This record gives sequence, C-alpha cells and structure tokens, in this order.
Amino acid sequence: MSGGAKLNVRVAEVVKVNDLITRFRFVARDGGLLPAFSGGAHTVVEMDDHGTRRLNPYSLMSDPEDRSGYEISVRRDDTGRGGSLYMHRHVKPGMDMVLSHPVNLFPLDNRARKHLFIAGGIGITPFLAMAHQLARFGGRFELHYATRNPALCAYGDSLTTRYGDRVHLYYDDNGDQMPLAALLSRQPLGTHLYCCGPKGMLNWVRATASTAGWADHAVHFEEFTAPGTGAPFTVELAASKKTITVGTTQSLLEAMEAAGVDAPYLCRGGACGQCETDVVRCDGRIDHRDHWLTPEDMASNTKIMPCVSRFEGKTLVIDR
Amino acid sequence: MTKTDFPPSIRSRPVYGELAPRPGSFHLIVADGEGADAVAQLFARADDSKAMLAKSHILYTAGPNGTDLWDRIEALGAAQAQKAASIPTLLFRLARVLQDMQMGAQIYLTGTEGLIGQAERDIMALGFPHSDIQKEHRGSTVRRVQCVHCKGITENVRTDPFECSHCGLHLFVRDHYSRRLAAFQGVNIDAEDKGQIPPAVERFK
Amino acid sequence: MSLDVEYTFDEFFRDETFVDDFTYRNSPAGIRRFPFPFDRDDYMYSVNMEPHVPGRKGSVFEKTFDVDEHYVSEMRDRARVLARDPLRCQSLPHMTLAGWDLLELIMESKAREYPQWFSLEKNGNRWRWINRPLGIDHTFTFLDETTLPYGPMEYITRQTQGDFTLQDEREGTLWVDAGMVTTQADWSLDFDIGMNFHEWHAPVPLAHEKGIFDRALKFLLKLQHGAPVRRFNWTMTVNPLLDTAPETYPEWGYMRTTLNQDNMGHMMHLRVELQALFRLPRSNAIAFSIRAYLGKFEELVTIPKWGRRLHRVVRDIHPDLAAYKGFLRNRDEMAKWLSKYDDGAPTSAGWWPED
Repeated sequence: MSGGAKLNVRVAEVVKVNDLITRFRFVARDGGLLPAFSGGAHTVVEMDDHGTRRLNPYSLMSDPEDRSGYEISVRRDDTGRGGSLYMHRHVKPGMDMVLSHPVNLFPLDNRARKHLFIAGGIGITPFLAMAHQLARFGGRFELHYATRNPALCAYGDSLTTRYGDRVHLYYDDNGDQMPLAALLSRQPLGTHLYCCGPKGMLNWVRATASTAGWADHAVHFEEFTAPGTGAPFTVELAASKKTITVGTTQSLLEAMEAAGVDAPYLCRGGACGQCETDVVRCDGRIDHRDHWLTPEDMASNTKIMPCVSRFEGKTLVIDR
Repeated sequence: MTKTDFPPSIRSRPVYGELAPRPGSFHLIVADGEGADAVAQLFARADDSKAMLAKSHILYTAGPNGTDLWDRIEALGAAQAQKAASIPTLLFRLARVLQDMQMGAQIYLTGTEGLIGQAERDIMALGFPHSDIQKEHRGSTVRRVQCVHCKGITENVRTDPFECSHCGLHLFVRDHYSRRLAAFQGVNIDAEDKGQIPPAVERFK
Repeated sequence: MSLDVEYTFDEFFRDETFVDDFTYRNSPAGIRRFPFPFDRDDYMYSVNMEPHVPGRKGSVFEKTFDVDEHYVSEMRDRARVLARDPLRCQSLPHMTLAGWDLLELIMESKAREYPQWFSLEKNGNRWRWINRPLGIDHTFTFLDETTLPYGPMEYITRQTQGDFTLQDEREGTLWVDAGMVTTQADWSLDFDIGMNFHEWHAPVPLAHEKGIFDRALKFLLKLQHGAPVRRFNWTMTVNPLLDTAPETYPEWGYMRTTLNQDNMGHMMHLRVELQALFRLPRSNAIAFSIRAYLGKFEELVTIPKWGRRLHRVVRDIHPDLAAYKGFLRNRDEMAKWLSKYDDGAPTSAGWWPED
C-alpha cells in the first residue's frame, strides 16, 4: 500500500520558465484523462536517477479541471539532494514517468468568506491551481507574491493578465516590502490566510499573524519541506532484521526502500504522518525535521518520521 | 460565582475554558447573567485593561434565572457596551457588529449555554473558526433542546424528561450537542412503551 | 424541473415495500450473497478496514456500488421518505463541489460496471446519463447546478442504494457537512450535520475508550484518491424498515415490543452496513457510502454456519452494545429463538456461507 495508487504518465512538455525554474507537463500514457484534483494538492514524482530511486513531492500548478495533463514547476537546487537537478538535466519530452495520485495537505477552507494568499518564489505553485479553482467556482481571493526581481517572477504576467488587481507583485531587488501588517489588519472576519514560500517568509507571516491577533485556525501554511542532507548514520530495522546506513543525500525512508523494505509514505516531506515509525531503542539524538509529531513525541524519542528526520549517536533501532 | 464544572460526558458535549486576554485589534464580548463576572475577570487579567477596554464592545443581557449584572458591565467603561432586553434582541445587534468586524478581532463569549451557543453559531456562519472563539460558562445550566421529531427548540429546559413546547411529545435530554443548531438533542421517551413516562427530575438549574 | 422517474420491476428487480405491509424479502440467491458480518463467534468493535477492491464474483464486494434485486424498490422508498421530510438530505453551502465529485464517481462506476442498466456519454462537460431501471434519460452540464433538478449529491443519491455522507477535511479532522440519509440506524443527519468525526460518533459506547475512533480518523485522513477502503457495521431492526430514523422513532419504536417466538424469524432482521470510503478529487472531501442490507432471521438460519454463529454472537454480546444497537430488551428472546439453529458444532473462520 505504500504510496497508494499510481499514475503512469509521459512527459509532454519541458519548458524553461526562467534561470531557476523549469515547468513539466505530464499526460496519461494511455491517452486518457487524469483525475481532477483540488487546489493545493501535490504529486510525488518517482525518478530513476541512474540507479538511485528518488521520490519528490511537487505542488500541482495546472487548472485542476484540466484532466488532459498535470503541470509542476521545479526550482533548481544546486546544493540539494539531487532531485531537482535530475528533473532539470535528464527529464525530456517523451519520457515515461510514474506519479502518485494527487494528495492535498494544503487545502482551501471552502467556508472562508475570502482567501488571502501570500507566496514567495517557487511557493507560487499551489496558488496557481487554487486561483484556477476559485475563479471557476466563484471564490473571492487576493494574491500577494514576492520574488527577487521581475525576471524570476514566474507566472507573474499570466496571473496579472488573468486576475488583474487581485494580484500584487513585490520585487526584493527594487526594495519592495510586502505591507503584511497593514494587509492583515483590513481583512473581513472569516478570511483565511495561506502562505507558501521560503522558511523565513513562513516564520515572518506566522509571527505577524499572531501579533495581529489572527485566529490560529484561519492561518494555513504549506508545511512540507525537502528532506535535506546530513551526516551518514546507521539504523537497525527490528522487524526486517536488517542494519542499514543512510547516506548524506539520502533520507532514512529512501535508505529503507533501497534495502528492499516496504515502508508506508505519502508526502515524503514530514507533513502527512503516514510514515510514522516507533523507535525501539535510541542511544543518541534524533534530529526531528517533521511537522507531524507532537513536541512530547519528539522529546521522548519514541517515534521518528523516516521521510525527513535523521539521527546522531550510537544506536537507533526502529520498528520497521 | 465562578466557572461551572460539568461532569465528564461524551465528545459532542461542549466544554468551556476561562476567558483570557489575547492581543487583538478589537475585542468583542458577549455575555449574559453571571457572565458579567467573567467579563470583569477578563479585564482584571489584562496587562493594560484601559487599552483593552478602549478597543472593546460588550453585548449583555440578563440570564435565564433573572440575574442582571448590567451595572458591573457598565462600570467597566468599554468603548461600547449595550444591554439587550433578551437573547434574541442581543443576537440582532451581534449580527450588525459582525458585519464590520475584521480578522485580528478577539471574540469572548460567557454566561449560559443558550447564549454562548447561539452567538457561536452566528459567528461561525461567517467562516470564522469556532475553535478560536473563547468560551466560559457561568450561571444557570438550563438547556436549549431541539426535539429531534418536530425540530422545535425548547428554551430553558430544567427537567428530564420534559414536554416539547412545540409538539408536546415527552422527551429525554441527551448530552449530544449540535453546534450548528446551538442545541442539545431531545428524544421521545415513550416511543417504545407508549404512556410510560418517568417523573420529571430537575437536572438543570 | 423535477426528476421524472418510472419505477420498472421485472424478474430481477423486486416490487416490495419497507413500510406498512412490509413485503420485503430476499430471494434464495439474495440470501446466499448476504454480507454476513461475523467472521468469528463473538463480536467487539475493531477498526476492521480493508481496501475496497473488487471481491468475490457475485458477492456484494464485486462492484464499487452494489446494485441488487432491491434497487428499484429502495429508490421508491427513498423518494417516499424525502417527500415526507426533506431535511433527510442536506448539504452545507461549501459542499456542492464534493457533491459533483460524488456524482462523477457514481455515474462512472455504474456505467462501467453495469452497462446493461446505466450509461454515461460525455461530450466535454455536456453529459447524458441513462438509468434504465428508473427510466431516466437526462442530459446536463457537469459542474452546472442549474442543469439538474436537485443538487448534484441529491440527484445521484436518489438513484443509488445506501446512505451517503460527505466529509470535509479541516483542522486535522473530518466534518460531516453533507448527506443523504434515509436508511439509517437511528441517527439524525439534521442534528449531526456540521459535526466533526469525534462529535458525530460521540454517542457510541465503549469505542472511544478503546481508541477506535482516534485510530480510524488517523487512518481516514490518509485515505488517498484511487484507493478506497471499506468496513462493516451492523445492528438489529424489527421489521424490514430501511428508515429507522430518530425523527420517526415514535412511529416505529413500539415495534420492538411486538416480538415473540412465533414471529421472531420473520420480523427480526440483521441489518448490515457495508461502509465504503472514497477520497474525492476536486473537493478533497471523503465520501462515506453506508449501504444497509436487511436479512430476516429465518432467511439467515438457512445457512447452517450463520445460524450457529448468530446465536453465539447475540447470546454473548456486551449489554452496552446491545443497548446501543437497540435490542437489549429483546436479546434473550432472540437468543432463545436462534438457539434452535445452534447444535454446538464448531464454525469455520471467515464469513462466507460455505467455507
């Protein structure tokens, strides 16, 4: 059951959007329709990177009602674990690939009177799909989108063309500053706020909303993060009776999969909870990098999320 | 009179906390009866009660048991405070206040369950998350109960069973509670054995 | 605009009633495919979920939405209940999109799995839907409510056996924000709509303490599109009443007092709910289909294994569960009647009749 049902697709288009971002379009291999999805959903892309199996989540950015294909945008990360580099360098039109069914960990609250979107950089992608969906079904929204400069403002022009003055663009190089506090002070009761962008922006929005007295449950963040790198470590898998070593650019989940251990997963970004695993013994420190476990779970070192979290120390035995 | 302790119950039965000041651009406070004490305590807990009062609007009405502490509310000196003649007339004013309210406002409800529930229902209907509304129970524990058969709501139910004020069926009072209706559920007590109605016990005071 | 329905009965679809003269019964083939829910001789709650994949041929698990010999009569009974009480079908305003998701899921499944009865032709968003057993041939625009006589959820569930609820996912839980509920085991959609997962299950005894609902919720939040799951639930119903709603309890409650050893086999029904859960694509909501099957005691005991096992389950069940399921007052009489079909022989594991 790990990863759930799969979609067999073919790469239809690879389009360079700017120096950092490339867009990919996937269509069903059998020529049929893909499932519709909800704004904010992501898909997990399976890559065979010259023998290394990579599974990276990317937000779906196309119109959720366009079932003829899915589109994602990938920002090149030269210092990352290699997934984005693989997508940029090796994925070409005509290639067969496998996607997960769409999963939504960043959904709209459809009861909201208004939706306020705050995006930074590549964090624009889920909002592209949300805006399509709201425009179709008549939802009220406003988008504030910050990037380094106009050249790196992916989809800024098309958003402005489509949605006019509902879209506000800010460029760091021009010294633009998003007037967040003022923005948060003039939203009608029942507005929901959504933020997707770099960690610094998430923290800034979280803190500003809290100071402004915003209701916790009306503020939503795209939480999932790339697993990140770290020092290699060794883990004993109690149920499968194996000892594995997790490499620098590998996650514990990926190392288990490489060792032939079928472990459950969904988002592969520390947000969904699917891969939660009991810790049998821990002599050392678990580097918890997920958004799922409670602070108590983390402190007690009784659970680990293998998709993002790492370990430093003598012995780690997990129930898998 | 302090915060009410209700016996442990099922998961749909509302639970109440204690009002605590939170930073906000505006403070909406809705209270009835003994809820006035919780309102006074709320401001007493504020770091700067003057500043908070200057951004506060209080709506108040007497409790179902007749308790009227309007003097205490009026003496606080909030930017705006009104006394309504009843819960229904208070709710009309609340609807108008909500129209202009913006995110960043804090909402505090205190007093009896009928008032808290109905105010919460109207605020929720605007898309505001109910879990971010602060609620503290004070005063009477009479219940607002919906007859599951005729859908009529009987206010200020004191006994179990009781007679539905709309259809006349004898109903027992469950702890099952609907936030959307702001009411507990009442179910016919003699549906299986017609006419066998146990004596009414005063469970809610 | 209204939905013109022509109920057509034939040698497969039975003409029968679920009220008044209660002519409902199962054919011999219907008895053999009855989803007997006990895979062992005793019963306690469990999360008991399994993938909703096609099961044994001819069984109720074979298709996504089982259509059986009671289909036409059940749809006529649903229309009767809704005519009396429109509150049995409600959808909060933000759930319309989930209703369209459900309509698409059901129409596509039925047209694919039962081409002899249903067909769906699509020309872009212009869809033609044909439901032969109900005499419906209707062209409408997908995602445009003005082209349907009812909201999308009501439209399709007036043509589908079983109750449906649609759950919105927010704040780490599920909210029952829409439903079509006319064949329920004593719960009120009108009262429960808008509640979260733990709230609408609040009245169920024992299961909360066992952590059943915490585990079930955790499981359901991970439910993925394209990978539905299913589980069983069950209760007991006197007379083949599909509609045992709290709303009409004063009309049917007394029936529980009319049982005796002579009428038990005919009047007492094991009511089995086959619940299937689907993640919906556009709305990210979860659809629960809650399909009720009624089997008379006298029908079930024609399968010797089921007769033995049903006796043991009823005899030994925890009294709180019997009370919650509404048969505590009749439990001893039921066990007495069933004991005639229990010779004490061991039963095989699993629920299939012949195993």
